[in-house]
Amino acid sequence: MQLGPYAGFIIAAYLATFGVVAALIGWIIADHRAQKRTLDDLEARGFGRRSASREVA
Amino acid sequence: MPVMDLANPSRFLILVERVLPWLAAVTVCVLAVGLYQALLVAPDDYQQGATVKIMFIHVPSAWLAMFCWAVMSVAALGTLVWRHPLADVAAKAAAPLGAAFTFLCLLTGSLWGRPMWGAYWVWDGRLTSVLVLFLMYLAVLALWRTVEDPSRAARAVAILTLVGAVNLPIIKFSVDWWATLHQPASVLRMGAPTIHSSILVPLLIMGVAFMLLFLTLHLAAMRNEILRRRVRTLRLMQAQAGA
Amino acid sequence: MKALIALLVRDMRLAVRLGGGAPMGVLFFLTVVVLVPFALGPDLALLRRIGPAILWLGALLASLLALDRLFAADYEDGSLDLILMSSVPLELTVAVKGIAHWLTTGLPLVVAVPVLALFLGLDPWPMAAVALTLLVGTPALTFIGLVGAALAVTLRRGGLILAILVLPLTIPVLIFGVAAANTAIVGPVSFGAPFTILCGLTLISFVIGPFAAAAALRHLE
Repeated sequence: MQLGPYAGFIIAAYLATFGVVAALIGWIIADHRAQKRTLDDLEARGFGRRSASREVA
Repeated sequence: MPVMDLANPSRFLILVERVLPWLAAVTVCVLAVGLYQALLVAPDDYQQGATVKIMFIHVPSAWLAMFCWAVMSVAALGTLVWRHPLADVAAKAAAPLGAAFTFLCLLTGSLWGRPMWGAYWVWDGRLTSVLVLFLMYLAVLALWRTVEDPSRAARAVAILTLVGAVNLPIIKFSVDWWATLHQPASVLRMGAPTIHSSILVPLLIMGVAFMLLFLTLHLAAMRNEILRRRVRTLRLMQAQAGA
Repeated sequence: MKALIALLVRDMRLAVRLGGGAPMGVLFFLTVVVLVPFALGPDLALLRRIGPAILWLGALLASLLALDRLFAADYEDGSLDLILMSSVPLELTVAVKGIAHWLTTGLPLVVAVPVLALFLGLDPWPMAAVALTLLVGTPALTFIGLVGAALAVTLRRGGLILAILVLPLTIPVLIFGVAAANTAIVGPVSFGAPFTILCGLTLISFVIGPFAAAAALRHLE
């Protein structure tokens, strides 16, 4: 793959794109884990959702 | 504030859990094909050389930057006209994605501009319009963070999004007009006037890949937002029970 | 109708008081325009060249300053609730508040232009061009600002986010206002073309501003 004299710019552009997309994916996954953890924690303390409590009754 | 009956969003969550893995897999495949085409197959442009390869990420980013505002606008209508809870979630999830792709568009454009025009930034009509769009995304993100109550925030952002949507063509028109007034010193050319199919095909594949990427990220972000709202509701219940 | 006129008079009286926006707006305008030569140097030729742009930027920032309190003051003392509950269409009420804001903040800026033009070495025709474009453009700034003011009403530090919300939307007005004023100095384009578009932008803002601001106020709760 011949990138010519401006190879640095091309590589920088693709790396930046990869970095930003990776950061977005990372943030979404980390956020998902955090919310799930909090929800499980609240459930353990007895604060489930209304539908969950209905099942118990 | 009564606990929202999250029936619809629940069904949405189940759908997302099922669809997301497949969507992600398809996205990766199309991206792989697109990148292969862009980096290894596409020929060099006779004017720009290999730097034309930057176009394969710059242009799809620009498309997404604008498409995302369109998504937010449709969601805004859903919020204001139908008070649909999923509309709020869709709008909030889209905003950071749109900002990120607009930023990428500016960054890759700047990296493309340096070899092409000799400057990292020029006050060209197109770049300036995208810069203003980026400022508007930042304004939306700021508004989401500043208003406490999620439903109130959604309605405020919806109004700002729609006003912004109306303004975007006006801004584009005025910036283009302003740019032609202040002719830059060198002649600017954004690549070959007609795109040969050997460059068009990788571009379209990358365009599809980016669209799929946006769809995947958006659905995943919406899922997170729904979970976040549940957490908030339960925390409010917890606070009331504790008191 | 009587209610609207009463509202107009009340708003104007409030603005003209020392705590209101009117005297501050003009003073801020003056301060900004005086600051620029300190930053750029006393080269009168340069100042004359960029004079219209400086005056426009100063007017934009001064307008923004007074928007902060437009709805916030009413929100704090409860009159906003009364306004929302009244039978007068909210869009009209908001438009009237906009008119009051412009009369007390925008119009004084226009009146101040001849004096400030002296500091920037502007000749009579460029000065008149700036004054005319500001006369037509400051209502647009006010009415676009209505939207931001309504959205930011209940927020702490509303003034900052107000600026972030409003400034990108005012860019077209700034572009065409300065362009029209500049034709008096440099002249590839006739005054008429950008000026007509400026008028069009102002007219559009008369419609979008009150409607969007009213919608924002209605959705406050």
